[in-house]
Amino acid sequence: MKPAAAPAPVEAPVDALDAPPRKRERRSFLRLLLRNRLAGVGLVVLSAIVAVAILAPILPLADPNATAPANRLLPPLTPGHLLGTDELGRDLLSRLVWGTRLSLSMGVAATLVAALVGSTIGLVAGYAGGRLDNALMRSIDMLMAFPYILLALAIVAVLGPGLLNALYAVAVVNIPFFARNIRGVTVGLAHKDFVESARLAGMGHGRILVSEILPNVMPVIVITMSTTVGWMILETAGLSFLGLGSQPPQADLGSILGEGRKVMLTAPHVTTIAGVTIFLVVMSINLVGDGVRDALDPRLSAGALARPSAVTRIARPKSEGADAAAAPTGDHALAVRRLSTRFEIGARVLRAVEDVSFTIRRGECLGLVGESGSGKSVTALSLLGLVPSPPGVIRSGRVWRAGEDVLSLPREKLRALRGGRVSYIFQDPLGTLHPLFSVGDQLVEAIRAHRPASHAEAWTQAVALLERVRIPAAADRAEALPHELSGGMRQRVAIAMALANEPDLIIADEPTTALDVTVQAQILALLDELRREHGLALLFITHDFGVVSQLCDRVAVMYAGRIVEEGPTAEVLAAPAHPYTRRLIACVPILGSGRRALDAIPGLPPAVDALPDGCAFAPRCPRATGACREGEIPPISVADGRAARCLYAGEVMREAREGSAA
Amino acid sequence: MTGERGMTGAAETRPILETSGLGKTFGGARRLLGGRAPTVQAVRDVTLSVAPGETLGIVGESGCGKSTLARMLVGLVPPSQGRITLEGKTLGEATKAGPRAFGRTIQYVFQDPASALNPRKTIRRILEAPLVHLLEADAPARERRVAELMDLVSLRPEFLERYPHEFSGGQAQRIGIARALAAEPRILVLDEPVSALDVSIQAQVLNLLSDLRARLGLTYLFISHDLAVVEAIAERVAVMYFGRVVETGPVEDVFRAPRHPYTRLLLSSAPTIGARAAAADAPQAELPDPTRPPPGCAFAGRCPNVRDDCRTSPPPLVPMGPGRAAACIHPLPADDADVPA
Repeated sequence: MKPAAAPAPVEAPVDALDAPPRKRERRSFLRLLLRNRLAGVGLVVLSAIVAVAILAPILPLADPNATAPANRLLPPLTPGHLLGTDELGRDLLSRLVWGTRLSLSMGVAATLVAALVGSTIGLVAGYAGGRLDNALMRSIDMLMAFPYILLALAIVAVLGPGLLNALYAVAVVNIPFFARNIRGVTVGLAHKDFVESARLAGMGHGRILVSEILPNVMPVIVITMSTTVGWMILETAGLSFLGLGSQPPQADLGSILGEGRKVMLTAPHVTTIAGVTIFLVVMSINLVGDGVRDALDPRLSAGALARPSAVTRIARPKSEGADAAAAPTGDHALAVRRLSTRFEIGARVLRAVEDVSFTIRRGECLGLVGESGSGKSVTALSLLGLVPSPPGVIRSGRVWRAGEDVLSLPREKLRALRGGRVSYIFQDPLGTLHPLFSVGDQLVEAIRAHRPASHAEAWTQAVALLERVRIPAAADRAEALPHELSGGMRQRVAIAMALANEPDLIIADEPTTALDVTVQAQILALLDELRREHGLALLFITHDFGVVSQLCDRVAVMYAGRIVEEGPTAEVLAAPAHPYTRRLIACVPILGSGRRALDAIPGLPPAVDALPDGCAFAPRCPRATGACREGEIPPISVADGRAARCLYAGEVMREAREGSAA
Repeated sequence: MTGERGMTGAAETRPILETSGLGKTFGGARRLLGGRAPTVQAVRDVTLSVAPGETLGIVGESGCGKSTLARMLVGLVPPSQGRITLEGKTLGEATKAGPRAFGRTIQYVFQDPASALNPRKTIRRILEAPLVHLLEADAPARERRVAELMDLVSLRPEFLERYPHEFSGGQAQRIGIARALAAEPRILVLDEPVSALDVSIQAQVLNLLSDLRARLGLTYLFISHDLAVVEAIAERVAVMYFGRVVETGPVEDVFRAPRHPYTRLLLSSAPTIGARAAAADAPQAELPDPTRPPPGCAFAGRCPNVRDDCRTSPPPLVPMGPGRAAACIHPLPADDADVPA
């Protein structure tokens, strides 16, 4: 039976993905390079030097090798000899220009040879792994064990002096830098899924190396080249200085320096000028090399060097509405009013959180549900100013707690609040626990950061906390390092840490998403018990309606940065009032309903830097009308304690009730 | 075992994919200073058979060996024990055949669509690779097939010249499916194909998969940790625990009345709308140390029904009712009444 591959027309395009891929603007390489000022200076100097070196044959220069004993050692600025002459009366300017040309081409040629051989060794070793990797890399290590100048001298001694042999020597000495760098990157890539999928596509190893891995390693090769070419010019010049490189009358910068050394006392200008030229060449190349590295290294261009401030930048308009400025009344653990957080990257503004308001009562669990990119995590981080700035900015809103606006607190008080009365639990405890300290020590630190206690007292409390999160043999487990515990146990430790300072609110951001279902069930049961025992308020962020239904009293659903629906969990799940909620619930497979097609939501969520006017869900909504696409849609109350940002909320809810009754 | 190969049954009912005694051991390499690294048996003695056109769901938690099993089936990982039979052709441990030998019959869809696409290649080059290397198709044939593939997964043909980072997760997974289908395989191994996607996108991709199966007559091995997803798409299910298949059977029957206590634990742990959180398991419950497996049933440490004879030798997978089998000496009762909702 042959699979029917005829392009049968797709029936109703219920799930046709017509949304075009998002083109990301790519800054030109030159602009990235010039972001580094020094690299710009280096680029200008280097371009000038390279231009002169390339144009040497057509420049009006004297013959660099024409000797004139009568004119020997003329000082600079002599008519006809701008930089003077050397001990054989040769024009120094001309010799320098030709010498620079030779030095540059030697350096570049040596770099290319070293890059070619070294990268090949690195690619093969990293990809093959095992014994071949071991054999190749140990040979490279042996090469590196010799001082490089000694090694170069030894190679030249064997091959004999000469320009080409010096080039080989310098290239060999630099092969290890390439081999080690490239191997490191290749090892990381060799087991990536896309390499395995190339194997599944029937590609052989050689082809995978060349067409899958090499393009991804290329930036590293270029970076290594740009940072080593300066060294290679210096090393070739060094060999020439010792008389092992270029042979007279041909001269590179090193041999000009070497010749000048003999007359250094009587005519210091020869060595000085040659030395300054070498300095300028190598310095400019290194500056440009650093710039290239900064521009190509993804970690650096992603802003790893930018240090985010301790508190999110808060830039709220001075005159906010009276409803936002007045503290809400009532018994609440946290009340958020009209919060907006944006990421401002150059001219792009990502409206991650827009006009979000909710209240968590004491001892209540509020579920914040949404898909990725809906703004639920940014909301959680904004509450205590934890969004990294730049690029994050809180543009409006108040976060009320105990009669104070948290976002107006001085930095010290805000820091005391974090991990104190309000604490966080994140998705991946392995990422939030320090790998080198025992979990007990980390709990001790969390306790002592907020109140004075001796180490012994704090340790006793730490063990008690581990017992509270039902960790068996807590006293022994306190000595364990995070990686010695299973995922579920680590998440228990994270919960213990959140409980360390008697919080009244815990913000849990997808705390069970990375866990297996059986472990998830344990952690959910634990959180439920703890919050009931201690009267804790809980803000529980998740994408899973099943989890919300098990744990949360009320639920708020987010879409494209806004809360589109809020209400008591059971009521919202039974009869959603926003079409997004309704469709989202419908497309979750429910255990026990058998084999069936699921009700998918057509299309994709909008990009938060290009939100449509009106309701952000309108382009995917079967009910959308013209009115949905213009103007802001405020939360509309549909029942006691229930609201939805939908013009037809009441109708949607009634239909859902009738549908579920039928 | 060799007797089975001599049997000549009707071609229609012959399984399209069979494994017998399949196992994989990692580690155990000789160390420089003598001695050997500890070994971990990721998959043990897996014997499965899949009929043409069927969808077999494979469920289990992390570390149960389901991904290693999947990788062995497509040739990415050579098996340590046992053999794989594809359309009657046996590929054993001795052959060490790479994915090339499997590629035209069985293909693989990765969990994380973004990492499975080379960031420096256009979609066209990604889709053409299997056509060039597995089918040795010429340029016009490739052009035609690539357009067909984009149409099959409902993507617009102008996306072909774009690079993977420009696509959303759901779109990238469609490209991953198109790439797997390029060489016209008869079997797809789907390794958690929707677990990296948002629920609304997950439903789109699941519906696409069902549609493709019906249109192209494909056979699926659908690996997932999400029982509800498996229930929505699969006919039969194999539950894995600690490297072994502990229960198999029709999805409906197994999920309605599980015979193995581990299956029941998985079912009762899945969060369902309208139920309060309750731990179904002892809090200290953890997998055994894989470098020192217990002599008996690996689930004995967590099992509420455990008895002494459970700890002596691993229970074999024994038939229990029509099309069903479970590896348990003291299975749960077959009648529905005793099963917790």
